[in-house]
Amino acid sequence: MGSSLKCDLCSKPATVHLTQIVNNKVHKVDLCEACAQAKGVTDPNGFSLADLLMKASLTNESPTPTAMRCDHCGFTQAEFKKHGRFGCPHCYETFAAIVEPMLGSMHKGTTHTGKVPARAASRKNLHDRLTALEGELDNAIKSERYEDAARFRDEILQVKQAFVPKIEGSR
Amino acid sequence: MTITSLIETPSELTSSAATSKCAVVLMTRIRLARNVAGRSFPGWADADQRSEILATCREAVGGLSSMKRSVNVAVSDLNELQKLILVERHLISRELSGSKSGSGLVINRDQTFSVMINEEDHLRIQVLRAGFQLKKAWNAINDLDSALEEKLDYAFSPQWGYLTACPTNLGTGMRASAMMHLPALVISGQMEKIVRAVNQLGMVVRGLFGEGSDASGSIFQISNQTTLGEPEEEIIKRLQSVLQSIVEHELNARQKLLEADPRKLFDKIGRAYGILQHSHVLSSAEAMNLLSLLRLGVDLRIFPEDSRPLIDRFLIEAQPGHVQHAAQDDLGAVERDATRAARLREEFARFPVPSTPPPSGPKPD
Repeated sequence: MGSSLKCDLCSKPATVHLTQIVNNKVHKVDLCEACAQAKGVTDPNGFSLADLLMKASLTNESPTPTAMRCDHCGFTQAEFKKHGRFGCPHCYETFAAIVEPMLGSMHKGTTHTGKVPARAASRKNLHDRLTALEGELDNAIKSERYEDAARFRDEILQVKQAFVPKIEGSR
Repeated sequence: MTITSLIETPSELTSSAATSKCAVVLMTRIRLARNVAGRSFPGWADADQRSEILATCREAVGGLSSMKRSVNVAVSDLNELQKLILVERHLISRELSGSKSGSGLVINRDQTFSVMINEEDHLRIQVLRAGFQLKKAWNAINDLDSALEEKLDYAFSPQWGYLTACPTNLGTGMRASAMMHLPALVISGQMEKIVRAVNQLGMVVRGLFGEGSDASGSIFQISNQTTLGEPEEEIIKRLQSVLQSIVEHELNARQKLLEADPRKLFDKIGRAYGILQHSHVLSSAEAMNLLSLLRLGVDLRIFPEDSRPLIDRFLIEAQPGHVQHAAQDDLGAVERDATRAARLREEFARFPVPSTPPPSGPKPD
């Protein structure tokens, strides 16, 4: 019994297991008897797994569905529904769960394969390198390898210096 | 340079006339949507944020070597007529011309590059070339964009490409389009079929001035619909082949019209010639349709090739803003139609007489 699935909505043991393909993606949902009834899963005509998944993820992550908000610019999901446009570049991360399913039907593909601006590319490389080095530094300190730690700290400083003038140079 | 002198300067569209091999394509345009990283998009930004972006972008764009001699102004510094003229020359959008404060534009002297600031995105960079020149246009705008990127930190995600206010522009942020003159497809009632086929190939057909505008003069804009999931070159290649096949359909339709009932076609063109030379009241839509028929006449060699530039110039200059500007007077709609007719009467008085049937022999390039 320990390995049996729990209901995605209320975590009672799940007895209804559903698989639906939406936009070439497989979605699976496990529900208990009561939730399945309540969501109308037993009526195959009036049921869309996509709707259920969207609503489920909203009720799990935030108390009210409209409360999803970009922490950079304060833009909300309700505003996106109204205007179809986002508030700032960061909104794409905030609302990734909403954007992603839209892109497939909107575009030819869902991943950018075109031009990459040189500066954004180098910034990303530096950013990745920095994250990796910081991880190494943490590990070194935890395992008391202080010589290694000093080396990582110096490298981090170097990377940070490569970062800063480039960005300030934009002004 | 000032907006007044820019308007007086011959533009790419009004001076260079589509001398390219393919007269069916009047002009080629590519625009790129770009945004500055970490800043709210124009539609969501407050007044302070908008004016900060405007100042940053005006400086960055104005400093580019290809924009050395350019008009670099805030939209609020232009009057309604100046904005209308820029819209008619396809240098700015209607949206920008009607925008609230904190928007701007930079346009180079020969009017091949224009950059709109704080339209839907922080930057809308456009290149415009007379004739069918998609690849040249792409090379030009790609260079400009790369130069600008050295000065501005673009919002970009490795997964989704250039981040734009509207997800429909995500990825390359590129809209490539061609303005096509398709009178025979219109006359023979095939446009609807063409629009449907083009849509199925992932391209969009619009009227002369973009979304929701009519197609007076049988002029249509065809552009790519999707921006994400393909490299720019691939989008351009696909568009190029769609355009080429539309050109072929148009040429076939012309051939069929000539074979089926040449008299009817010559009659249309002859009447257009007569009205342009003798009318006293002409709306801009009617003027466009008459000019369009004369242009078809040039393609069919009813008029000599060297009469094409005058027609192409008036496809722009018969628009309301240009007529108003040429009159140097504030005209009502009725007066404007009279002024337009007078200008066209004068300009077309010495236009060569139609030779129907057209002289036979090999078609000149």
